[in-house]
Amino acid sequence: MAQVAEPLLKVRGIDKHFGAVQALYGVDLDLPAGQVTALCGDNGAGKSVLTKCISGVNLPDHGEVFWEGQQVHIHNTRDASRLGIETVYQDLALCDNLDIVQNMFLGRERTSRYLLNEGDMERAASETLASLKVTTVRSIRQPVASLSGGQRQSVAISKAVMWNSKLVIMDEPTAALGVVQTAQLLALVRRLRDRGLAVMVISHNLNDVFEVADRIAILYLGRMVVQDKASAFDRQRVVEYMTTGGKGMKAPSN
Amino acid sequence: MAQPVEIPPDPTIAVQAAEAELPPALIAQTLGQYTRAWIGRMRGGDIGVLPVVVGLAACMIVFEIISPNHVFLSADNLVNLFLQSSFYMVLAMAETFALILGEIDLSIGFLGACGAVIAVQLVQPVTTHWPWWAAIVAALAACALAGAIQGTIVTRLGIPSFIVTLAGYLIFNGVMLILLALGPFSGIPNLVSDDPNVKVLYNLVAGNIDPTISWIVMAVVVVGIGGLMWYSDSHRRRSGLVAPPPSLTLIKIGLIAVAGIVVVGICNVNRANTGYLAGVPWAIPIVLAILGAWTILLERTKYGRYMYAIGGNPEAARRAGINVPVVITIAFALCSMTAAIGLILYASYLGGMSNNVQGGQLVLFAVAAAVIGGTSLFGGRGKAIHGVLGGLVIGAIYNGMYLQSLDVQRIFIVTGLVLLAAVTIDAVSRRGKVSFPGGRR
Repeated sequence: MAQVAEPLLKVRGIDKHFGAVQALYGVDLDLPAGQVTALCGDNGAGKSVLTKCISGVNLPDHGEVFWEGQQVHIHNTRDASRLGIETVYQDLALCDNLDIVQNMFLGRERTSRYLLNEGDMERAASETLASLKVTTVRSIRQPVASLSGGQRQSVAISKAVMWNSKLVIMDEPTAALGVVQTAQLLALVRRLRDRGLAVMVISHNLNDVFEVADRIAILYLGRMVVQDKASAFDRQRVVEYMTTGGKGMKAPSN
Repeated sequence: MAQPVEIPPDPTIAVQAAEAELPPALIAQTLGQYTRAWIGRMRGGDIGVLPVVVGLAACMIVFEIISPNHVFLSADNLVNLFLQSSFYMVLAMAETFALILGEIDLSIGFLGACGAVIAVQLVQPVTTHWPWWAAIVAALAACALAGAIQGTIVTRLGIPSFIVTLAGYLIFNGVMLILLALGPFSGIPNLVSDDPNVKVLYNLVAGNIDPTISWIVMAVVVVGIGGLMWYSDSHRRRSGLVAPPPSLTLIKIGLIAVAGIVVVGICNVNRANTGYLAGVPWAIPIVLAILGAWTILLERTKYGRYMYAIGGNPEAARRAGINVPVVITIAFALCSMTAAIGLILYASYLGGMSNNVQGGQLVLFAVAAAVIGGTSLFGGRGKAIHGVLGGLVIGAIYNGMYLQSLDVQRIFIVTGLVLLAAVTIDAVSRRGKVSFPGGRR
């Protein structure tokens, strides 16, 4: 185990190009446990690519990834899961025709004598939902198609948390939500943080960012231009970093 | 019964509970609540088997009233109806494997016919003279292999299954004709023989089980299934899991028992005009065994769960680490294998194989039966029982209209209209479902 100061995930000097297009230039990123890090940046800044490099969807060309102080190589999403990295995609990746339990255990079903152990899975799923205080869902045997947008988000996040994950990455979690549901979701994100998980939220919405983030990291045209405590920023500053990369601005004290 | 998810309230939850839009009574614990929840689900578009059961009952009543001398519901005709429907039911269960995935398999009519010809040819005493079971195993294996090849083309080359299996339809039509021409049978190998192996195949559909044994086997099966249902439901209730109330479990067990008694009772009536003919035809336990096996596979195993997941959202299934191409390929193999069983029953019913097999019509009726039974053409929804119920509807229409001495063109038209009605119900019920952002379709 690393010392306290060591972030859970440390990314150093990640380069990634697709054909002739360079998407990331030597990106550094720290994701400490027990904190919410917001990853901001304009369209095409490389947020998604960086996320995919961490979650194992894409392989970086160069650069190093350290997990709890140890260098690791994440070749696919299974590797990432094994470490404890789970991603909640923007489209949530839920099967509408399956119920909540079936979705939460999809691909990792529990069996006894080759048959699905529904009781075991139902109990574990309801424990996870209860521990995250996801209470709007009355029956965990209802199909996901019957849930509202916020409930679907909650299910997707609970699914990610279920596997003793240590880092949860959320891609635009509030994009499809209304005001009340957004508030519920941010409360859920805070609960994850309070459990000691590292959370990375990708968001365009600065309201949400300032509402929930402990740290803010800003990408501009494939470069990490700044990352610091959220209290070191104000709205104006974040917008300037996102749109200009911080040219002509005084860098915040580290 | 305590809901497992209940926890002490916190301030944010008051808002959540207020705005939570719940489908009616998903927390149902009593029979009344369950009935209301069921009605709510149907309104919401999850119609289940209700339309087909109602449709089947309507068919039965109408045909009984209009059939000459009211012979439709006679024991003789009902057993005959089941035998005529048996291969439609099995073919529809086969097609269900493709439909759940959102695919379709048009080849199973002729591919299954290839399997049936293989089985019929192999048992012939004057040529290969294989034991009946080896002939059936060979036929099923050959068809499973052919299905796996089609599935591989669909998944690895990314060609739509409609096209791949349309090619298969033509290819296996040709293969069937070649296989038929083998041996000294002038293209019509038949199952009329004193050889015991040939007899087994001949009696697969119409051979009768002794009435006494029928009763005993039925009782054992009903007690077994009922006991299992009662045990599993009460176990779930004790563990505080979502479970139906005891009264509902009892009603279900009662319905199964009544169905068993009615079926065996009807079959054990003397059906012969002269002499004696009674007992449960083998087709019934064969169809029920396939139904049981595929129901367990689809609803109780990881593999079945993956099929539904792929039918619902293939991308989510892929990201969950499911090997989508392998699951689809196996499904095509199982589909073709089941179709071979269906066509072996067909051969048994007709007493042999000939180039008269309407492979195209059979596959269309199989798709129709599955959809009439409640399987969705759009993937993600469907059960083996749907194929059985839909097959019975098609069989009932055929049988009832033959009793009216209506000619085949009218039967085609009516069957087509019933299919159209079933697909309309499927499409409309999907549209009736509430859609959400991020929801598919």
